[in-house]
Amino acid sequence: MAEDIARLDGLSHRYGDTLALDNIQLTIPAGCMVGLIGPDGVGKSTLLGLIAGARKLQQGSLTVLGGDMASQRFRNRVSPRIAYMPQGLGGNLYHTLTVDENIDFFADLFGLAGSARQQQIDRLLDATGLKSFRDRPAGKLSGGMKQKLGLCCALIHNPDLLILDEPTTGVDPLSRKRFWDLIDTIRGQQSGMSVLVATAYMEEADRYDWLVAMDDGKILDTGSPRELKERTGTTTLDDAFIALLPDQRQETIPAELLASTQDQPQSEQGATPAIEAQHLTLRFGSFTAVKDVSFSIAKGEIFGFLGSNGCGKTTTMKMLTGLLPATEGEVFLFGAPLDAQDLATRRKVGYMSQSFSLYGELTVRQNLELHARLFHLPKDSVAPRIEKLAREFSLDEVMDQLASALPLGVRQRLSLAVAVVHEPELLILDEPTSGVDPAARNQFWSLLLRLSREEGVTIFISTHFMNEGERCDRISLMHAGEVLACDTPEALIQAAGADDLEGAFMQTLEAVAKEPDTDTSAAVITDTPNEQPKHRSFSLQRLWAYGRREARELLRDPIRMAFAFVGSALLMLILGYGITMDVEDLSFAVLDRDQTPQSRDYVTALSGSRYFLEQPPLHSLEELDYRMQTGELSLALEIPSGFGRDLKSGRTTEIGVWVDGAMPFRGENILGYVQGMHLSYLSELALRTYGETPALSLVSLEDRYRYNQDFRSLDAMVPAVIPILLIFIPAILMALGIVREKELGSITNLYVTPVTRLEFLLGKQLPYVAFSMISYASLVVLAVAVFDVPVKGGLLTLTLGALLFVTATTALGQVMSSFASTQIAALAATAILTILPTVQFSGLTEPASSLEGPGALIGPFWPATWFLQISRGVFTKGLSLADMQSAFLTLAAFIPVLTALAVVLLRKQGR
Amino acid sequence: MTSLYNIWNLGIKELRSLWQDKILLVFVAVAFTVMIYTAGSAGSMELNNAPIAVVDQDQTTLSGRVINSLQQPWFLEPDLVRYDQVDELLDKGSHTFALVIPEGFERKVRQGQPVSLQLNIDATRMSQAFIGTTYIQRFTLTEVAEFLQPGSAATSQLPIQLVTRVRFNPNLDGTWFGGVMEIITQVTLISIILTGAALIREREHGTVEHLMVMPLRPFEIMAAKVWANALVVLLAASVSVTLVVQHWLNVPIAGSVALFLLGTLIHLFSTTAIGILIGTVARTMPQFGLLLILTILPLQLLSGGITPRESMPELVQNIMLAAPTTHFVSMAQAILYRGAGIDVVWPQMLALAGIGAVFFSAALVLFRRHLSV
Repeated sequence: MAEDIARLDGLSHRYGDTLALDNIQLTIPAGCMVGLIGPDGVGKSTLLGLIAGARKLQQGSLTVLGGDMASQRFRNRVSPRIAYMPQGLGGNLYHTLTVDENIDFFADLFGLAGSARQQQIDRLLDATGLKSFRDRPAGKLSGGMKQKLGLCCALIHNPDLLILDEPTTGVDPLSRKRFWDLIDTIRGQQSGMSVLVATAYMEEADRYDWLVAMDDGKILDTGSPRELKERTGTTTLDDAFIALLPDQRQETIPAELLASTQDQPQSEQGATPAIEAQHLTLRFGSFTAVKDVSFSIAKGEIFGFLGSNGCGKTTTMKMLTGLLPATEGEVFLFGAPLDAQDLATRRKVGYMSQSFSLYGELTVRQNLELHARLFHLPKDSVAPRIEKLAREFSLDEVMDQLASALPLGVRQRLSLAVAVVHEPELLILDEPTSGVDPAARNQFWSLLLRLSREEGVTIFISTHFMNEGERCDRISLMHAGEVLACDTPEALIQAAGADDLEGAFMQTLEAVAKEPDTDTSAAVITDTPNEQPKHRSFSLQRLWAYGRREARELLRDPIRMAFAFVGSALLMLILGYGITMDVEDLSFAVLDRDQTPQSRDYVTALSGSRYFLEQPPLHSLEELDYRMQTGELSLALEIPSGFGRDLKSGRTTEIGVWVDGAMPFRGENILGYVQGMHLSYLSELALRTYGETPALSLVSLEDRYRYNQDFRSLDAMVPAVIPILLIFIPAILMALGIVREKELGSITNLYVTPVTRLEFLLGKQLPYVAFSMISYASLVVLAVAVFDVPVKGGLLTLTLGALLFVTATTALGQVMSSFASTQIAALAATAILTILPTVQFSGLTEPASSLEGPGALIGPFWPATWFLQISRGVFTKGLSLADMQSAFLTLAAFIPVLTALAVVLLRKQGR
Repeated sequence: MTSLYNIWNLGIKELRSLWQDKILLVFVAVAFTVMIYTAGSAGSMELNNAPIAVVDQDQTTLSGRVINSLQQPWFLEPDLVRYDQVDELLDKGSHTFALVIPEGFERKVRQGQPVSLQLNIDATRMSQAFIGTTYIQRFTLTEVAEFLQPGSAATSQLPIQLVTRVRFNPNLDGTWFGGVMEIITQVTLISIILTGAALIREREHGTVEHLMVMPLRPFEIMAAKVWANALVVLLAASVSVTLVVQHWLNVPIAGSVALFLLGTLIHLFSTTAIGILIGTVARTMPQFGLLLILTILPLQLLSGGITPRESMPELVQNIMLAAPTTHFVSMAQAILYRGAGIDVVWPQMLALAGIGAVFFSAALVLFRRHLSV
């Protein structure tokens, strides 16, 4: 094994204009536990992504495990030796899949098989204590368990290098401890394994062998925790980190503010508490999110809520603000019961929700102004108030910048400024410092302490940083919806007999924890030397792994399923009835100035036709005008007086006809109907009076409507609607299926595991092809049963055509997905790009040969053009496979071309 | 009063947010200019370049004249083929019509004997088939009449003359129809997208929650979204009608543009409410997109704007009476094509306002419930 696991030389990385890594020089030693420390957004994740091969190298050179990561061939070879767990709880997991299904998927990707595979899975499940949760979906595991499952999946193939990106952020202290114990055990058994971790918790970093402190894309310092502390002359890593920052960013909390904490009277006896909760309980269905929580906070107090993600902190806070109604229990604000509808109490409260919840698209000033106005500050006091806040919160320089462009720390200050714009008496802050660097956190706390001590504002704050908990007057430890303990930090530490708050919390948790402890004695890793399966360029096992997983996910997503089936059936009904070309039941009225048997005879001929419906007669030209204007009449006739007399005496007479031309297509049809009807009336008239037909009608046109003798619109349209729906919905679902992975982050599995792009694409395509074929079957049933459109040709021929077609259209969706990075963009782009050519250029309404310009060029290169021919050929013309050979061959040719295009456009690495 | 003040301020915020979303703005701009222009200049529903094949078994002057009469822009240059090729051509779909002129055609016409020409029509091409047939019939009869009696109009010897006047669009010009109908389509589509997206954006960014802890009522939040987005669409529509339709496409507008815009405003009241309805049901943007597709297609296709309403099944017609687009289309057609005034279109406006009130109330109920979960 090489001396170093990674050597970075002149490494820089950009996202657009933002420089994430700036000329990094670093050599990471092998065989130890290496930590990257620093707040959010300094480039830790980028660095880890590059080392794992998940991101594409932009500038500089990177050697990992002795090879060049710029080479695709080396990455293919080395990927089974590296394990990567991306940021976020369960970022590489599939949340609707169970524990077992997730592990199976990864075992397939790494080509494990046979008894070795089962042994490895059993050992990992034993070691992590997940054995009793094998059938639970990953999304329903607690944060700590999700991370353990993530670890199982990462370790399935015995890697030499384990890369963990903030594995414990948002996880409670006990689970965190157990997670690290597990890592220690694994490392103890496989001594060669190197671990590379990024973390925002400085307390954790204390136990690592070697640290890299990062800020703003640069490395501040490297060394063991002890060396860093010694070099900066500090006692904690938090302080050491702040000391390493450039001078102007250093920030500590003024001593007098911290000191004042101790002097603060805990609560004045007898005074009304600012906020009081009594037995708050909230249930969502059978799930109890918050259980019997009670506390009382005095005016001017800083009250802290400590706990992991998902323990019910946010839910409790939402109940206190009235955002969520409690199932049981009551809340009192300043002595009065909380009334969510009462706008007056809202003016007394300032709330800052967990995520940044201001308008990123507005400037700092606009945000402040908007909130000042919405809280109805007097007009002339708005400007001075904003000025004061800008000064106090150090926002002067950024007043006209967009809020979304600010660094996280500044944004949180802005959020706080907005929350206090109306000088509330009570502030409710939900994890305001999550992800903020220690220096900015200190600055934030200075503001909070000032508000509390100098202005007497009551502050209710939640956090998962233990050292912030120590700054509160009183804290409440929360776990799984329950408050475990509530007291001053000192009292809690004493009661638990611990050294610090973290220890106290952990002990309290251990007393109630239901999660089974890790069986650390179990041997996790086999001692057999690492025999890496040879990297094969194409593996059916990996392809199936993706196919099976995608099908499971799809089956568990009701909205997408509904869209695939109900959607296509519903659209077929709408399109079948909507795009009707029949023009029937046209309303007409007659202005009969003659009123003779002859004139009535003429009108009867018209009203007897199925195309026309007679309306009450007209009495004047004005009425004719009006009724045509309203659209009531599509056709109006004026029969002049003397019509019958002239007709009898053989003089030529005239009938006035008015046609509504507002809808040209309908107008043409009306004209055609009237003329046809008129001519046949005349021949019949001649036959009746003279016993002979007039010369002109000797020449007749014998119409033979082929394929659709009744000239029924449905018979023509339904076979054409099927291709539209089979291109539209499969392409959209396929594109969403791939872009979803990009958005949720599980695309990382494509980047860092041995799966190839072709396996990934084909595997994901299979379930969509199967779904589309079921949907095809339902469309054919609908056509035959509901629309009564017969299939004249072979059903097998049609089905073969449909199979080729949906394979091509799902491949088209894959091509589309490579251009989009968000699901909504994928949806819009695919919808527009599939509908337009299909409706306009494929010969749906006009034959392709009538097209001109670009349409004529695009038509032949669009799969729908060919399947439309097949569908119409089979449905209405009764053609066989042999008759349509060229259409089938052309359609089939789309599949390899589109798939190849999708493979080329899909990236095997992120940016 | 304070309510109005809040609605005004929140609306201003909506406009500012939209102004920052350049992609959406470009989208709106394209929808109301390029899309309208394309739809207007395409005009494809009439007979245009229909492919026709002719089997000339007569090979006489008259048959030649009949063939020559089938001309562009209605028909492509006729292809002369053999009789046994007809089936194959129609099967392949390369030709919509195949006209067979029988041997002795000219002779029989001269002798006054009955003669019939066979016209094979691919009836799956609904739009071309019927209109094309009437054109071929008219052209053939005109040629025969000319041949028998040079200089006479085809039907002058008939006892009853039809004097036809096509109203509101004398030349049955597709541009008139396509451009204006596209505005109607885009008004509905864009207003639903803008409002729904604005709501989902607030939720995805967590700002809805933020609004709910301020002294604001759900009604104010919703009303602000309605007025701000409706204003944007109304502006875009008025630019589109005057600049694109009247100026570039040169389509004469029969009625009052102001009256049309008033009707559009009432219509926008319903569509923005629909946008909020979908926005509350959908949890994420992609779900919103899928639901949007399922909502917008029936609203547009069955409204009577694409195909005549009277040809749809009665059940569909009745259901669609509850959709705002049905009334909007019939109102817009009456004003823009037929020059109708308020005395004619007031019932549609009333219906639009009523439907709008129902949708708005439903959206408000759902929006309230949505906020409390």
